[in-house]
Amino acid sequence: MPNRVIAGQTVDVNDEGYFTDPTQWSENIASELAQEAGFELSPKHFDVINFLRDRYMSGQALTIRRVGKSGLVSIKEFYDLFPGGPLKVSSKIAGIPKPASCV
Amino acid sequence: MEVSTMEAPIQGTKDLPVKKVCVICSKGNLQDVYAALVLANGALMEGIEANMFFTFFGLVAIQKDKQDHLHTATVGNPAFMDKLPTMVAGLPGFEAFASYMMRKEMDKLDIPPVSEFLEMIVAGGGKLYGCKLASDMFKLDREDFIDDLEDIITVGDFYALAEGERTHVIFV
Repeated sequence: MPNRVIAGQTVDVNDEGYFTDPTQWSENIASELAQEAGFELSPKHFDVINFLRDRYMSGQALTIRRVGKSGLVSIKEFYDLFPGGPLKVSSKIAGIPKPASCV
Repeated sequence: MEVSTMEAPIQGTKDLPVKKVCVICSKGNLQDVYAALVLANGALMEGIEANMFFTFFGLVAIQKDKQDHLHTATVGNPAFMDKLPTMVAGLPGFEAFASYMMRKEMDKLDIPPVSEFLEMIVAGGGKLYGCKLASDMFKLDREDFIDDLEDIITVGDFYALAEGERTHVIFV
């Protein structure tokens, strides 16, 4: 299993760069990953990231629709916040595995 | 006879992901409309541009009063409950009930109703188009369709949408 150093911390990731251990995540890591993806994190980004982490940690499936129904952001805002595939990009920054979702 | 190999183009496509999909929805039953919606929405989720073109019976998916009441055929659909006698499957109300159950199961998987699914696609930057020829044939006007519909276009316009390399056209 590969690992990499992000924000001075060594973390375990898979071949696609998704965390394999979400407990190794921190907000600094998220900020650095976002910069790599070409944007800065706002409080709104963190709202979504924390929502995704909470959902993941409690074993619930993640879909774009549920993010849209969270009351935090609309689906359009979700797409705007995380360009290039919102659920994928946000999950990577949130330090959780890639969601296996078709919706 | 010598068979020429095409190593170069195949290797060359390895790092060229799909950029755009144009999904044609030509059928009006529940399962085919959803197949088209999942394909278009799934593309947007991956950061791929998506256009949808609704034609013939697929036009029901963008009609305000019909889109959330689609049916799946219980007769003439051999994969649907294969032990069920055709005569039973054809009883009045059976298809409506089966379709209702199907929609209920889909909701459990977080698959939204057609109207909401299309809203999601538009929110993700997807564009929806209706077919001019089919609309004329079914005597449908702009006001019969959902507000989110971008335009009613010809087949030529559709090909213009598909312009550019790494575009895929998917027919459902």
